[in-house]
Amino acid sequence: MAGLKINNVTKHFNDFTALSDVSLDVADGEFVAVLGPSGCGKTTLLRLVAGFEQLDKGEIVIGGKVMSGAGANVPPENRRVGIVFQNYALWPHMTVAENVGYSLKVAKVDRAAREKRVEEALALVNLQGFGERRPANLSGGQRQRVALARCLVAAPSLVLFDEPLANLDVHLRAAMEDEFAAFHKRTGTTIIYITHDQAEAMALADRIAVLDHGRLAQFATPRTLYEEPANEMVASFIAGGMVLPADVLSGARDGSCNVRILGQETVLRCRPDEVARSDAKVCVRADDLDVVESGGIAIRVKRSIYRGGGSRIEAFPVERPDIDLHFDLPDPARLEEGAEARLAIRTGWVIPRAEGAGH
Amino acid sequence: MSNAKRHQGHDAALIAVVAVVVAALSILPMFRLGMEIIAPQGRFSTSALQSALSSSSTWIATWHSLQVGIGGTLLAVLLGTSVALLVSLTDIRLRSAFVLLFVAPLLIAPQVTALAWLQLFGPASPFLKLIGLAPPLGSRNPLYSTEGIILLLGVQYGPLVFLIVRAGLRKLPRELVEAGLSSGAGKWTVLRTIILPLMTPSIIGATALAFVSCVGNFGIPAFLGIPANYLVLPTLIYQRLAGAGPSVLSEVAVLSMLIGIIAMAGILAQDYTARRRDYRIVSTSMPAAPFALGCRRVAVEATMWLLILVMLVLPLLGLLLTALVPAYGVPLNLKTATSGNFKFILFEHGAASRAFANSIGLSLAAAIFAVVLAVPLGYLITWRERWWTKFLNLSAELPYALPGVVLAIASLLLFLKPVPVIGLQIYNTIWIILYAYLARFLVLALRPTITGLHQIDRALEEAAQVAGAGLMRRLRTIIFPLVAPATLAGGVLIFMTAFSELTVSALLWASGSETIGVVIFSFEQGGDSSYAAAISVLVVAITFILMLTTNIFARYLPSGVLPWRD
Ligand SMILES: Nc1ncnc2c1ncn2[C@@H]1O[C@H](COP(=O)(O)OP(=O)(O)O)[C@@H](O)[C@H]1O
Ligand SMILES: [Mg+2]
Repeated sequence: MAGLKINNVTKHFNDFTALSDVSLDVADGEFVAVLGPSGCGKTTLLRLVAGFEQLDKGEIVIGGKVMSGAGANVPPENRRVGIVFQNYALWPHMTVAENVGYSLKVAKVDRAAREKRVEEALALVNLQGFGERRPANLSGGQRQRVALARCLVAAPSLVLFDEPLANLDVHLRAAMEDEFAAFHKRTGTTIIYITHDQAEAMALADRIAVLDHGRLAQFATPRTLYEEPANEMVASFIAGGMVLPADVLSGARDGSCNVRILGQETVLRCRPDEVARSDAKVCVRADDLDVVESGGIAIRVKRSIYRGGGSRIEAFPVERPDIDLHFDLPDPARLEEGAEARLAIRTGWVIPRAEGAGH
Repeated sequence: MSNAKRHQGHDAALIAVVAVVVAALSILPMFRLGMEIIAPQGRFSTSALQSALSSSSTWIATWHSLQVGIGGTLLAVLLGTSVALLVSLTDIRLRSAFVLLFVAPLLIAPQVTALAWLQLFGPASPFLKLIGLAPPLGSRNPLYSTEGIILLLGVQYGPLVFLIVRAGLRKLPRELVEAGLSSGAGKWTVLRTIILPLMTPSIIGATALAFVSCVGNFGIPAFLGIPANYLVLPTLIYQRLAGAGPSVLSEVAVLSMLIGIIAMAGILAQDYTARRRDYRIVSTSMPAAPFALGCRRVAVEATMWLLILVMLVLPLLGLLLTALVPAYGVPLNLKTATSGNFKFILFEHGAASRAFANSIGLSLAAAIFAVVLAVPLGYLITWRERWWTKFLNLSAELPYALPGVVLAIASLLLFLKPVPVIGLQIYNTIWIILYAYLARFLVLALRPTITGLHQIDRALEEAAQVAGAGLMRRLRTIIFPLVAPATLAGGVLIFMTAFSELTVSALLWASGSETIGVVIFSFEQGGDSSYAAAISVLVVAITFILMLTTNIFARYLPSGVLPWRD
């Protein structure tokens, strides 16, 4: 087992900065998801940890040993990390057993021991008896399992997953998610799990690192990420949060403060060091908005999308047509396009003043 | 950590070995050739340059080279492009059989093509005699002429143009054609205003390649031009060397440079025009639905098969019939037909039977060497891209891109004296031919390997890397098995090309190191067409057997690796 320290890592491709000053400290045995929109540098980060790319600045330490950094660059074959590739990367010219046993063969494990461990690994992913098959004759889910078995047979100290479920259909995903969770529980291996799917990250990870354009936007537990986003990017990226301009009227007291949003005064959660200021932004989510008879913010409906059992309403404040709001309206209530209504903000989070990411 | 160091050591060693071998096969001979031109026999002097460039035969041969080069190219482009359009855009039947046969002339050595056509049209033609159309004995063969050379160059390299244009047409997205048709344009208008303009890059590229091949061709002008005293640069070089030996090496080095320049000019002109027209096709969708020819289909099909008959079947028939004739001019019938020519060349004539052994050995060695080197080399070029890997690729291409005479002269210069330090003497032995073959044909295995590697997910190698496998092991257990089909197909191509090669060996052979190409050439020059034909028949038979055998494994190959498979 081994922890992973990524210290101030920067990576350029020619003029393009793929990662800039990213730091992550992953504890031994932790399950960390790296989450971000496509093209934000997730794969690059993973390839740096695996040793396929060389970093321009910073260092990467696995299990207390500097793997990449000034003067050191351990080649991938000597890092003892396991990877489950997005498209599985099973060798088509080998059987399932040969695929799984490859790293043992490389390590010169004798034949009997090798066969036994391959057998065990296949049993762990529920693929007993599949050893003689070729990858081409397996379904997507089975290939994913073989890839997992191939990775765990060498008992790596650190396992990297690159969007392992992206190529599977919805039903298989749920099953494989359970499988990964079980794998983590059983082996206690440190896992870096890359995904662009928030639900997946939230369900699996102890902590999530959100990447945005090559920068670390926030590194925190799923709950913190949802309830206390550190900046506007995380606020709007996670669970469709709305970022609204606001004035903070009072400093923090017991974790909340008085705020005026679009003319409505309300109490929101905030950091203990929050102070009164006029240029603040707050994060509210659809669940935090209630339609009220009086008071609140006057809005006009732009669009109503039926969602089964209720509608998603897209609207804008009458006073501020440039701001987008959305909320859910349970049946039988309805709001047609162009209708006016009033919205009250029940709760929300004051986004802290801009500074470094994370806590 | 020592383990890590060892791995990195392997890496560096592999890169160094591959780079040294490529340099020794490409940079070194070309450098030696360049040295000879500016400093003949080691002293700076312009005397060789002057004497070569002031000779009128040089300029006549240059003019002839341009004549047949341009003429042959035009014919090849016309032939190859129209057949490619017909095959790709219309609903003709038996497409793959047609392609297999149409491409075959490309795999038959030029001198065999030349011999076959000569047998077909000559006054002694057993075929013309059979149908009673033979001109009187002693009359001149119409192919001994500029037009004859141009015709055969067109036939030889038409398939080359066909392959390139056909590959371009396959990438033509059907939406573009359908958009044209649905805006009301007729088929001809679509062809003229959409398809042909989009195909210009392919056609230009094919034109350049055909030009380089025509200018560098030795077999066809040697068989058709030398008897008519019509010399092109490659045949001029051959005559000079055959007449005066190594003493004229400095002069023929200048001549070979001239061909090199003409060939390069073709490539650069292509590069220039291609860059001015950027018609990159972005989408990769289904190929366009074929145009229905309707009632004209049968007529078109008949014309195309007639083409095969004229281009392939009749010449080969002529060749076969000549091989069965007991003596020059004897009419062929069931009574006179003999297998004596085959017996003679296989068992009685020392040089001929030696040539079979030599050519088989040389082409096997060249193919195996190329296959072994192509995998690490292709790996460095595609998956370890650095600034210098492009240079490595260019170096490997050079000995094949330049006409064969250039490489042959360069090899002669390089090995005329024993290799310094080790004192190895390979001049006038079979080893100098082997050296030139290794240099020339490496790229035929390298190209399909690179194509293959581009189609393989790099993650397959990375997965082995994280499993702890070092470079050597990855090459052996992952990369080689994955690209092997493509690389081996390249090896087969090398075997077929080297087996009946003439251009290089005509300049490098000595008694004892004859190749099949050389023996065919000598028999024909000595007037023993029947023996030349008998050897050629065997060569063609072996080529076809290899083609059909490799076809069986075609489904394991990336598309485009086997030229004759559609
Ligand atoms: N080898 C490379 N050369 C140049 N640019 C690259 C290379 N690899 C990745 N990039 C660029 O870096 C950015 C981040 O890529 P990647 O890490 O693959 O994103 P993600 O996995 O988050 O979708 C992308 O804009 C991509 O184009
Ligand atoms: Mg990615």
